[in-house]
Amino acid sequence: MSDYNFAYLDEPTKRMIRRALLKALAIPGYQVPFASREMPMPYGWGPGGVPVAAALLTPDATLKVIAQGAAATTNAVSIRRFFAKVADVATTTRTEDATVIQTRHRIPETPLTEGQILVYQVPIPEPLRFLEPRETETRRMHALEDYGLMHVKLYEDIARHGHVATAYAYPLRVAGRYVMDPSPIPKFDNPKMTMDAIQLFGAGREARIYAIPPHTETVSLDFEDHPFEPGRAPHTCALCGAEHTYLDEVVTDDKGGRMFVCSDTDYCEQRRAAGFVGTKAAA
Amino acid sequence: MTPLLDVSGLTKRYGSRIGCRDVSLDLIPGEVLGIVGESGSGKTTGLNCIASHLSPDAGRITYRGHDLIAMPEPERRRLMRAEWAFVHQNPADGLRMNVTAGGNVGERLMESGARHYGNIRGAASAWLERVEIDPARIDDRPTTFSGGMRQRLQIARALVTNPRIVLMDEPTGGLDVSVQARLLDLLKKLVHDMGLAAIVVTHDMGVVRLMADRLIVMKDGQVVEQGLTDQVLDDPQDAYSQLLVSSVLPV
Repeated sequence: MSDYNFAYLDEPTKRMIRRALLKALAIPGYQVPFASREMPMPYGWGPGGVPVAAALLTPDATLKVIAQGAAATTNAVSIRRFFAKVADVATTTRTEDATVIQTRHRIPETPLTEGQILVYQVPIPEPLRFLEPRETETRRMHALEDYGLMHVKLYEDIARHGHVATAYAYPLRVAGRYVMDPSPIPKFDNPKMTMDAIQLFGAGREARIYAIPPHTETVSLDFEDHPFEPGRAPHTCALCGAEHTYLDEVVTDDKGGRMFVCSDTDYCEQRRAAGFVGTKAAA
Repeated sequence: MTPLLDVSGLTKRYGSRIGCRDVSLDLIPGEVLGIVGESGSGKTTGLNCIASHLSPDAGRITYRGHDLIAMPEPERRRLMRAEWAFVHQNPADGLRMNVTAGGNVGERLMESGARHYGNIRGAASAWLERVEIDPARIDDRPTTFSGGMRQRLQIARALVTNPRIVLMDEPTGGLDVSVQARLLDLLKKLVHDMGLAAIVVTHDMGVVRLMADRLIVMKDGQVVEQGLTDQVLDDPQDAYSQLLVSSVLPV
């Protein structure tokens, strides 16, 4: 244990964040302002997700941290170490063992269950940001449910590329009301967002928290004649042979060699342990 | 005939200065009302109050029996989105310059719930043709359009939802004379074909002579004279109207 207060933040700060979380859960998809704190990590490395996780952790919690699907990447390792140090909580890389999962850019392939909480790191919480730069105006648009502009973006995609080219941070409508940015997860993960676990979104620099309660209806925006399609590379995992997971493309040499592997490393390892084999699995 | 729009006692102050004072007017379906006056006479302030871009300090605005000022904003926006249109003097104010022409026209449809890409594109293309823009340019941005084309694109965007009423603030301002004349012909034709009621704010007597059925003359924020266009232009009663009419440069 360290000399820090449990989970780094002081108790009044954690209480303030919990209040924002409760409000966010009460109004699914609505961006609740909160007094974001300076965290010991640069913007883009989780100062939105970390305070949310800190407000949730209890001494008996088990924490999993993933970045880009992997538990072994720098961001995941440093945040896991951070909480192991300042909160002395158990950490894991197995999705089903975790009670709190902090993530950036992915939802685990293993379906989450009731009682688990998924915390997203969010760089830009405002789905309308690049369409309407004025924050005063976007707030008004949310308040008045004035979402025509969101479809203009999809229209422009189709006009220019023949299909909706937005591949990540694909906007969705929560509980039939607010349009929200799912953080930069691939649109492959969008259909998973109606789930049994609680989903919380923390944006540190922008000082916003929003949430999707369990079993909440989420609809990815689309056109009737161009329905939403969760995209995925048309390959199988080279290590575990999975045909239904989101894949990363890995360059293996400088002669054009490449392979596709599951982006969720924990899921891939568990499949291999269960005997699934891909084309390039090491013997 | 019952008026479509009934404005009474409209007053807007900017601090101690007066934007417009005690402006009353009404508009019946299919009628074009011109508002003329020199710069600073309160024409645009009045128009912006009517369009809910500004909130007036006093007065009533009744549209088809609805009190627009007392109406909650979501409801007012919905009503105005469906039945009103506004044409700005500067097309950049009424258009999204970084969105294609098709997207600009389509946005109004998508705002009112259209969710079929093919239909939206079809409507946008038909409207481009109607305002004499080559439909092949549907995927070009307005930044690549000339001033006259931008203004016509803005008109297409405004009228695509088949509004009942259109408000125009100097629609021909900043265009050269031959482009102005063609734009006016187009506007006149559209207003006539669609049976629109319109308010046109301008300082250009030629514009109102060509378009307006009735005329309101404003000075220092107040209405000084109103009547049929020909009547006001040919036989102005108020001293200021006489000055305004006689100060048109002869060509």
